[in-house]
Amino acid sequence: MANIVKRRDTAFLGFRRENGRIGVRNHVVVLPLDDLSNAACEAVAHNIKGTMALPHAYGRLQFGEDLELHFRTLIGTGSNPNVAACVVIGIEPGWTKRVVDGIKKTGKPCEGFSIEGNGDIQTVANAARAARRFVQDASEKQREKCKLEELWISAKCGESDTTSGLASCPTVGDLIDKLDPLGATTCFGETTEITGAEMVCASRAASPAIAKKFMAVFNAYQEVVKRHKTSDLSDSQPTKGNIAGGLTTIEEKAFGNLAKIGHTTKFIDVLKPAEEPKKGAGLYFMDTSSAAAECVTLQAAAGFVVHLFPTGQGNVIGNPIEPVIKLTANPRTARTMPEHIDLDVSGILRREMTLDQAGDALIDITLRTCSGRLTCAEALGHREFVMTKLYQSA
Amino acid sequence: MATTHFIVHDKKDTVGVIVVEEGVKKGQSLTGWVMEGDGTIAVKAADDIPLGHKVALKDIKQGETILKYGHDIGKAVAAIGKGKHAHIHNMKTKRW
Repeated sequence: MANIVKRRDTAFLGFRRENGRIGVRNHVVVLPLDDLSNAACEAVAHNIKGTMALPHAYGRLQFGEDLELHFRTLIGTGSNPNVAACVVIGIEPGWTKRVVDGIKKTGKPCEGFSIEGNGDIQTVANAARAARRFVQDASEKQREKCKLEELWISAKCGESDTTSGLASCPTVGDLIDKLDPLGATTCFGETTEITGAEMVCASRAASPAIAKKFMAVFNAYQEVVKRHKTSDLSDSQPTKGNIAGGLTTIEEKAFGNLAKIGHTTKFIDVLKPAEEPKKGAGLYFMDTSSAAAECVTLQAAAGFVVHLFPTGQGNVIGNPIEPVIKLTANPRTARTMPEHIDLDVSGILRREMTLDQAGDALIDITLRTCSGRLTCAEALGHREFVMTKLYQSA
Repeated sequence: MATTHFIVHDKKDTVGVIVVEEGVKKGQSLTGWVMEGDGTIAVKAADDIPLGHKVALKDIKQGETILKYGHDIGKAVAAIGKGKHAHIHNMKTKRW
């Protein structure tokens, strides 16, 4: 498996941040604390070239675990090593400061601004001055040679079909099996989309305690489904796209999904949504929704810097801060949607390409992306930033 | 290499996946690749079946568990003859 070390240089060119973590992008982000601050953030990003606003729908009257997740996602997004510096704008100063203080722990430049008592126009003027300074400073940051063991890679699939389980998900699994022994940090999630394959997933935990932790998270999510369902979910999970692509049941979808973690790699911990891994290099399971943008947003907030996204029918997702590399094994999707597909592995189905070759090709495009090559989703401007909300606000 | 019309994950599986972009036609003789053990099997299509959809590899009785990846992926809610299209009209989840 680890032949890759002999065959190829796994180094890439990344940005070393103040806390030692490696980023593969150099964004200056204008982050709203809440829905009310989206307009000011977008005005700053419009005025100061090279900055990017991340508008979202939430941040008011949330409480308990849902509020903790809101802060963890915002602080994690600003702290991601793909972000060079961050401006935070909120309606009031208290929660704004909490986000700023959280991001500042990484040592990167971060300043907060609040709207009440100032109005949008004055707030935008003040925030724009900080953003101008941050983006000019960021533009001088240089990429340097980084090692594979400094790379954090996440994975999640979408609009899957039967070709995902046959080839594109196993290609991601081949990459994980090859890079895990070399010290990469990797992550998979999609708690509901393991339904039917949960015992096989649990058997891939590194210890009985981790398997137990996984099953507790899995069962808790099943309770959510049971509490809210009005049918057997066959209109939602599998999706209409999944069904059009030949997937019939959630169990069938789950075994395809799980092919993303390969054959040999064990997961070493179970993370809460957007929780940063703390056990060092290895594969982590994160408790996430199975909706693409929600899941990738949570993985980016946990600190993952590059994402692998197998698709069957052609999900077009991107993320504003974490480049999303898309691969498909569906020959029709590769032919009809080429502007969305970074790697075509449909040759596996024609037996023109082996899984080993596909895995190597994915490692190659991943390292090139990490060194600066734009993904299809980046070129097309896909920036789906979707916060997960656990329940109603107070 | 001759065209592979469908692929089977595991030797135990009772369904295979059509992988030719144009799909297959009723009456067509199909060649399948069984990935586990790198074997080859043949089935005659008893329906038109599109790309990505499943073909039954044996006669499956109503209520019988359907195997793919060597695992239980649901049950037949109607009899599915060998070579027939297996999907939401004759298969269902056992969950939720």
